[in-house]
Amino acid sequence: MNGAVTLSDAAVYALRLGDDALVLSHRLAEWSSRAPALEEDIALTNIALDLLGQARALLTYAGEVEGAGRREDDLAYLRPEGEFVNCQLVEQPNGDFAVTMARQLFFSAYQLELYRGLTGSADARLAAVAAKAVKEVAYHVDHAAGWVIRLGDGTDESHRRMQTAVERMWPFTHELFESDEVTGRMAAAGTAVDPEALLPGWGERIAAVLAEATLERPADGWRPGGGRRGVHSEHLGFLLAEMQHLHRCHPGATW
Amino acid sequence: MSAPEWPLWEVFVRARRGLSHNHVGSLHAPDAETALRHARDVYTRRQEGVSLWVVPASAITASSPDEKDPFFAPAADKVYRHPTFYEVPEGAGHL
Repeated sequence: MNGAVTLSDAAVYALRLGDDALVLSHRLAEWSSRAPALEEDIALTNIALDLLGQARALLTYAGEVEGAGRREDDLAYLRPEGEFVNCQLVEQPNGDFAVTMARQLFFSAYQLELYRGLTGSADARLAAVAAKAVKEVAYHVDHAAGWVIRLGDGTDESHRRMQTAVERMWPFTHELFESDEVTGRMAAAGTAVDPEALLPGWGERIAAVLAEATLERPADGWRPGGGRRGVHSEHLGFLLAEMQHLHRCHPGATW
Repeated sequence: MSAPEWPLWEVFVRARRGLSHNHVGSLHAPDAETALRHARDVYTRRQEGVSLWVVPASAITASSPDEKDPFFAPAADKVYRHPTFYEVPEGAGHL
């Protein structure tokens, strides 16, 4: 193992992290003005903005290490679906509030483990982004866990819907912990965190929340994946159509 | 969502260490923990504070507008309660 990391590895890795944050940010923004209560509307928008900030830093960095002159906006608004390398979990539709909270808990708990690990990255830029984001994400986990517990351990109806939501999102969590050549080379060089290594900490946290919420941990079965290679569920195209529409109609539009 | 409305909470924010908590507004939340988180999201997004209190609005006993005169009018003509008749000694510059 020579520990050599090519520039494109770092660019691909930053793009994966950035796309995760960008796509989930857009999903949460879809709740804007539609959340169950005004207070929750603001909470979801706050989380969306935290994620957008992370996405901007990561996409900017991806563009820099790629060295082809692409800026954050070019990467966010001008790539087609097949070039997005986010995990499929974050592109799943909002569903009801329970689905949104299950998706958020699963993803934020993963991101918390990931960013904690990345604060020690040999890549100073990734370490700096992670150090700033880790405090934001700790709150996202806390917020989502609070709702999963309240809805799971709530009324019969809220319990039923929360259990259904957890089961619907569960298959998409497997992809988060899949390692490949890019993460393998970067982890060996100390710049990235091996996704597989994040699973025990994530599993422990999720098990504790599900137990307190009186929810059943779903059985492992179907394992959709491929997001890191640009393979997506049918939902991402519609999300991108909405997100990219303005920029594509009015290139370089600002406000 | 037309479920029964969540209870009302009053929110107090301390802007800096050393200052007292000030009332900044109110919000709805199902329980105290959630109220605290909502308060964080609604009232401290622009670095307004370093500490938060939430208090159930139902726990506050307020004076009634009907009692305004007996409560507050008697203080109106008691100017001697303000320290304006007191000569500030020389050298005590920062009173």
